[in-house]
Amino acid sequence: MSSRSKLRGVCSAILCFIFAVGLFAGAVSPYSYAKQFRERPNAAPSASHWLGTDSLGRDLFARLAYGTRVSLLLAPAAALLSTLIAGVFGGLAGLLGGWCQRLILAAADLSMALPLLFVLLALRALLPLDISPVVSVMATFALLGLLGWPSSLRVVWAATKNLRNSDFLLLARATGCGRWRMIVRHVLPNLRPVLLAQFCISIPLFVLTEATLSMLGLGVMEPLPSWGNLLRGLEDLSAIGANPWRLSPLVLLALVVICFQLILPSQEETA
Amino acid sequence: MSRLQGNLALLILVALAPPVGAQTGGELRFCLHGEPKTFNPVLVDDEASENIRYLTGGVLIRLNRQSQALESALATSWTISHDRRTITFRLRKGVRFSDGTPFRSEDVAYTMRLLMDPETHSPTGDAFRSGEGTVQVEAPALDVAVITFPAPIAGLERLFDQVAILSSHSPKKEMAVLGPFLIADYKAGSYVLLEKNPNYWKHDAQGRALPYIDRVHLDIQRNRDIELLRFRRGELQLINRLEAEQFDRLQHENPAVTRNAGTGLDAEELWFNQSPAAPLPEHKKAWFRTKEFRKAISMAINRADLCRIVYAGYAKPAYGPVSPSNHFWFNAALEEEKYDPQGALRLLRQAGFRSASDTLQDRAGNRVEFTLVTNSGNAAREKMASMIQEDLSQVGIKVNVVTLDFPSLIERVTRTFDYEACILGLVNTDLDPNSQMTVWLSSGENHQWNPGQAAPATPWEAEIDKLMREQAAAPTEKERKAKFDRVQQIVAEQQPFIYLINKDVLVAVSSNVVGAAPVVLNPPGFWNVETLRLGPAPELGVQK
Repeated sequence: MSSRSKLRGVCSAILCFIFAVGLFAGAVSPYSYAKQFRERPNAAPSASHWLGTDSLGRDLFARLAYGTRVSLLLAPAAALLSTLIAGVFGGLAGLLGGWCQRLILAAADLSMALPLLFVLLALRALLPLDISPVVSVMATFALLGLLGWPSSLRVVWAATKNLRNSDFLLLARATGCGRWRMIVRHVLPNLRPVLLAQFCISIPLFVLTEATLSMLGLGVMEPLPSWGNLLRGLEDLSAIGANPWRLSPLVLLALVVICFQLILPSQEETA
Repeated sequence: MSRLQGNLALLILVALAPPVGAQTGGELRFCLHGEPKTFNPVLVDDEASENIRYLTGGVLIRLNRQSQALESALATSWTISHDRRTITFRLRKGVRFSDGTPFRSEDVAYTMRLLMDPETHSPTGDAFRSGEGTVQVEAPALDVAVITFPAPIAGLERLFDQVAILSSHSPKKEMAVLGPFLIADYKAGSYVLLEKNPNYWKHDAQGRALPYIDRVHLDIQRNRDIELLRFRRGELQLINRLEAEQFDRLQHENPAVTRNAGTGLDAEELWFNQSPAAPLPEHKKAWFRTKEFRKAISMAINRADLCRIVYAGYAKPAYGPVSPSNHFWFNAALEEEKYDPQGALRLLRQAGFRSASDTLQDRAGNRVEFTLVTNSGNAAREKMASMIQEDLSQVGIKVNVVTLDFPSLIERVTRTFDYEACILGLVNTDLDPNSQMTVWLSSGENHQWNPGQAAPATPWEAEIDKLMREQAAAPTEKERKAKFDRVQQIVAEQQPFIYLINKDVLVAVSSNVVGAAPVVLNPPGFWNVETLRLGPAPELGVQK
């Protein structure tokens, strides 16, 4: 077993563990994420509160576990949605060229030119206020997925355009390879590293965007935790000084992103 | 024995001497939290410009921020006619503007005409608009000014605390001032530099010219954390208002520089949308209009916890529309709302609600659930909303907390009425209840629970309308107080606003600022700027 494989094994195990903690948050955390221990706000880690408490006395470990469930299930789902949209339309634009390319790129440029926050504010105005936190979470990540594709699309388009002009596709075409076979056997495998990279880049981006959206009332609503709104707690530097365990969502986010990166096949491996 | 006598003599000398190390001159440095929109005192409408007006403007009557009593300033005396329409000022003689032009009654007339000119759009002038017709201003003598308003104005003399007198003759226009400082330099986005007005009329008991300080350097800094950092480094000597968390941090680091002026005038409150135009289900509108429902919500909120956890103890539970810091207008007879979730449940049951498996339902079986909105980015309000959510879950009420950006929130609260309950704060700019007319009159725009009513929707709102109008026209302050006490009583009974907390006014003052005595009224940290001195370095002995 190569060292690369071992590393992938370790990373996979870490990711599985984190996913498991998120999935079984109710079983692993001793308290509800919403329970306020008002006599113990901003408490340091102890036997009863492993990571301490937040400013309202809520158990940080419970909030982190439940927040992991929200962020680790929904951010990758949103990333997958946006990468799929970018992959399909970026691939089409790159392969077909002509008016199709112009139309898709113009749509992407238009989307990028629109200030995302204002678009989201307008959408918030359309949504009713009395939606439950769970629906709010779903809506948030669906919006992120639907609106987060343009930058990925440009990367996919550029990669596909290079592939279209590549020698091996020219050869495939010369040997009479059909369009679908060419896409499935030659284009997609070559686009896989780009798509995977876009997918992995999007996950932390969506987690952080969700935190911003929470400030606009469109993100995960209180008292439901997410990595995004837990990261907002880092704005208070003095609280971090008093309890460095508050950095745990940041550490977890970094760990997940690194693990995803290390699990992905390198460009040499896919070549 | 001779050594004892020597020491005694030295002690007497020290006691008679001026404050140790306190000196005239020097530069006081603190921050404005925004760009001043204007230097014209007539047009002031923002906090930064108001602070500059306070530091540079000369007024006829000054409200003493500490005693909350009115004091003569440029007017040595004043009389108000029995119908409360006319005020006659006798002006101080020998006073000059900062550019040397003399101060006369025609300057008062010029200022008042400018202030009341509809073309000027003066926010300060709006407070004087009492009825249809024009304001008559006469200057029968150089030191007498007579102003007649078309209708009576309650608390008229108090309004002149905001009127900085302009020179009618000076070519420098509004830059010629009568206050302790004048504007010497301004760099947009960076700073405003004020210098001592050489012609300022005030002197201390020993006859020395005031102010003691030569310059006030006002850095324009919106970021409160950077302001605190600079204060810690010694680059600033004053922070006019601190957030509770900042104050708490500073208190632990250096208690000598922190000053809690006491409970402030501003309150944070929760209210339910009672507007008939609200696009809400009828059963929710019925809950919100039920007095017992509102009262029960108030009883189920643990205000002491809000103060302790959200404001680190630097706030007091609020039970009525007037803060106890407003000495004259506060109704001390109001009863404090006790935290009593069981009592709240009993009250709800009396009103027809019933508990069913940890949830509360109305008569028709609808689960009691509402959405509480507040503005995003305000950490204190977000925390309060979360705590209220937890408190109300104890009585079976489900609360969904939604934070919205401020413009969207205001749009919903004032135009579309598409919200159920809201937490916001009302800023009290004045002690007098007349400044709250738009809040209490049922036709008022800031009558937030049901604004702009053509006719009062309820008998108690009709009574408040009547009392507010009567107090405005009452001839004596005592009568006005009695009527406004009744308004406070009705509000406490009906709870259209559920008052939550009154924040403390928290100030940081460097140890080398001598004479600082923070108060709850604006500006809390430098209201007595003319008598502040820059004293010795802290290690040499602090004078306060």
